[in-house]
Amino acid sequence: MEGELVLLGGGGGGGGGGSSGVSTNESAVLSKVEVVSEACSYPAESELELGLGLSLGGATGKTKPATATSSWGECGRILTAKDFPSVVSHRTKNGGPSVSVSGTKRAAESVSHEGGSPTGISQVVGWPPIRAYRMNSLVNQAKSQRADEGDSGIGEKDKPKDALKKKLNYNGNKISSTTTVNEKGHLGFVKVNMDGIPIGRKVDLNAHSCYQSLAQALEDMFLRSTNSVGAEKEQLTKASKLLDGSFEFVLTYEDKEGDWMLVGDVPWRMFVSSVRRLRIMRTSEANGLAPRFHDSNERQRSKPF
Amino acid sequence: MAYSFPDEVLEHVFSFIQSDKDRNAVSLVCKSWYEIERWCRRKVFIGNCYAVSPRMVIRRFPEVRSIKLKGKPHFADFNLVPDGWGGYVLPWIAEMAGAYPWLEEIRLKRMVVTDESLELIAKSFKNFKVLVLFSCEGFSTDGLAAIAASCKNLRELDLRESEVDDLSGHWLAHFPETCTSLVSLNISCLRSDEVSFSALERLVGRCPNLRSLRLNRAVTLDKIANILRRAPQLVDFGTGYYAAELQPDVFSNLAGAFSSCKELKSLSGFWDVVPAYLPALYSICPRLTSLNLSYATIQSPDLIKLVSHCPRLQRLLVLDYVEDSGLEELASSCKDLQELRVFPSDPFGAEPNVSLTEQGLVAVSLGCPKLRSVLYFCRRMSNAALVTIAQNRPNLTRFRLCIIEPKTPDYLTLEPLDVGFGAIVEHCKDLSRLSLSGLLTDHVFEYIGTYGKKLEMLSVAFAGDSDLGLHHVLSGCESLRKLEIRDCPFGDKALLANAAKLETMRSLWMSSCAVSFGACKLLGQKMPKLNVEVIDETEPPDSRPESCPVDKLYIYRSVAGPRFDMPPFVWTMDEAVRILH
Repeated sequence: MEGELVLLGGGGGGGGGGSSGVSTNESAVLSKVEVVSEACSYPAESELELGLGLSLGGATGKTKPATATSSWGECGRILTAKDFPSVVSHRTKNGGPSVSVSGTKRAAESVSHEGGSPTGISQVVGWPPIRAYRMNSLVNQAKSQRADEGDSGIGEKDKPKDALKKKLNYNGNKISSTTTVNEKGHLGFVKVNMDGIPIGRKVDLNAHSCYQSLAQALEDMFLRSTNSVGAEKEQLTKASKLLDGSFEFVLTYEDKEGDWMLVGDVPWRMFVSSVRRLRIMRTSEANGLAPRFHDSNERQRSKPF
Repeated sequence: MAYSFPDEVLEHVFSFIQSDKDRNAVSLVCKSWYEIERWCRRKVFIGNCYAVSPRMVIRRFPEVRSIKLKGKPHFADFNLVPDGWGGYVLPWIAEMAGAYPWLEEIRLKRMVVTDESLELIAKSFKNFKVLVLFSCEGFSTDGLAAIAASCKNLRELDLRESEVDDLSGHWLAHFPETCTSLVSLNISCLRSDEVSFSALERLVGRCPNLRSLRLNRAVTLDKIANILRRAPQLVDFGTGYYAAELQPDVFSNLAGAFSSCKELKSLSGFWDVVPAYLPALYSICPRLTSLNLSYATIQSPDLIKLVSHCPRLQRLLVLDYVEDSGLEELASSCKDLQELRVFPSDPFGAEPNVSLTEQGLVAVSLGCPKLRSVLYFCRRMSNAALVTIAQNRPNLTRFRLCIIEPKTPDYLTLEPLDVGFGAIVEHCKDLSRLSLSGLLTDHVFEYIGTYGKKLEMLSVAFAGDSDLGLHHVLSGCESLRKLEIRDCPFGDKALLANAAKLETMRSLWMSSCAVSFGACKLLGQKMPKLNVEVIDETEPPDSRPESCPVDKLYIYRSVAGPRFDMPPFVWTMDEAVRILH
């Protein structure tokens, strides 16, 4: 492989200090920008060859004798438009733009910090890449199979799971314990609309295990002010505005039969298996929906599964 | 003089040129050809609805009869694009209603279509014939009723994989008794349990040209025979549920109905299959070229039996219940196979639930000489297998491999899969679409940049080590149009160094990568022909330092400038205004 790719040897160091360091301040951006500009202006000068793979990340601190404008030692010059065309109009390998390799370790780290690297399939949104349409079919198949088996012990975790296992396991193939997509599930995106807001959202029901957590997520989505992210998840224990009927809006859902019900009346598991979509409704309009307050239901609502 | 050819003659010649690329080339020859061509272009394809405005299209092509529009980026299919991002078709319909009264065809993919849009279509275009809504959302059966009622010459109504608010099955009854023009009807995405079956039967019965009919799950097995007998001319059929208690009379009725369909070549649907009813299909299997069993939870032995009756099969979609053994049978029975898609039955299970490995794919690559297009979900892969596949099948044009667990190495050597995918791009010289998975370093991107000269679309996840990877792709892949990346350590450098490349592509998506907000702003400022959109649902990107990476980034070229229909969680970086919101 003829990789005559050019390494601008850690030239990000020109910004003052090797760019292999993690720099979170603004000058880091500028110094990265300078690095590129220097390379752009002098493609012919870039003789440093990149040893494929092995020297990745090892190029820290190497400084090329730069014949670049000396001003790039400080905060430096901003790229002008003419820098770009000269770089990429030749999409050949020689004289191609240099890319500093160092300094991107941080990128890798930051990805994992931001949850980019999964600890398991279950934690990653949109992975494996299966279209929502197909996922919903899988869910519906699982649901209807479960319905067939009789929705008896909703509180009993194992019974529906075993029944489902049996259904799918025609030939004695090994079935994993996470076959029941709805339980472990990641397929529970339902639409949420709020009265007065034209744009609807979607929420993943299976990211929640109880009504409080769901209501909190919805409040964050629809009712938050810009700064509430910091104020965070200690609210799980506080009664949610949307659930206790004291707020001007209340959370409702449409079930499989097309009826609209108040959220919170049935055990969480039953709710998840029958909900089709959610609506944050004005309390004034919510009259006539199923009455909500029983002591037993209150207990159910705050009991996570 | 050479140019005293009358315009009409040129127009007539141009009318034989149908492909968009050729038409575009024609329009570049000279000014007069540009003018003539634009007046006689009847079909327009707009791959990104925000790349151009409706007015611009109308201004250039005043006589369009058929339009195809795509909205959201591909990763929207996997819930990576938040709801409300955009892709609204109403502005287009509104403009076209005035400018193209003779519009006949609208084909949309991943767009938000409201009932209002559908009603506007129904009343604005007197000769409307074709409506295809592929993976769209935002409308209900009320909008469909408007289309059914008003479009007297409707030929095609195809709702494939769209999300429809199913308010009532009675919309079907809105097709007037005088409507006999239907050629294609696909309602497979509808969930309603009350599809008005009698209305459907009557509709099917009075449309002698109906060639393609895809039913939804509400239609039970016993009803299929009735439908088929009314439409024996069908070429493509999608069943509803294919499950019922086995009853001999139902079975023979069904088998008879299928055998009366002498033109039937393509089958789909098959939700909930009872294997005992599969033999009802045997009479048509020898003619079948396309079979979609990807919702059918039937096991390998039944699949093998079915597939062995279909020697002419060109296209097969199936769940991984087919297993390696089923694929080996496929490889020996179906020598005409061109496209194979194998989907996971249990995508989130930690352990494999079926015996489907890289061996199945290797077998098919060996046995099926015409194989061009592959989509394969599995749990393990090896470089050796990929090299074998590449060497067996250099005619592959689309290769999408999804190893379910991210960053899975070669299971034999525990190495990255760079060499394997490298072999794919090296040997398959016409490869136009590639999706990567497994453990991959920057090396694989070097191979791709070196060899992937015809590559138009690349999907990358959990791969690479550094900006060099992205740089290889952007600088090497000359034909690249769409690049979508998630969870890779690619940052500012490669992006900024290859900024001009982005103007030659339709779009770039990067999520959970390491591109800083500052770089996005810079790109937006310096590249006026690019729309740089930052998507963040938790907080505004400027509430953090500029060097912080953005959550999601969508960059696309546009001559229409920034759009103004964005929701609060999308920011566009623009040169005129630092941040437009």
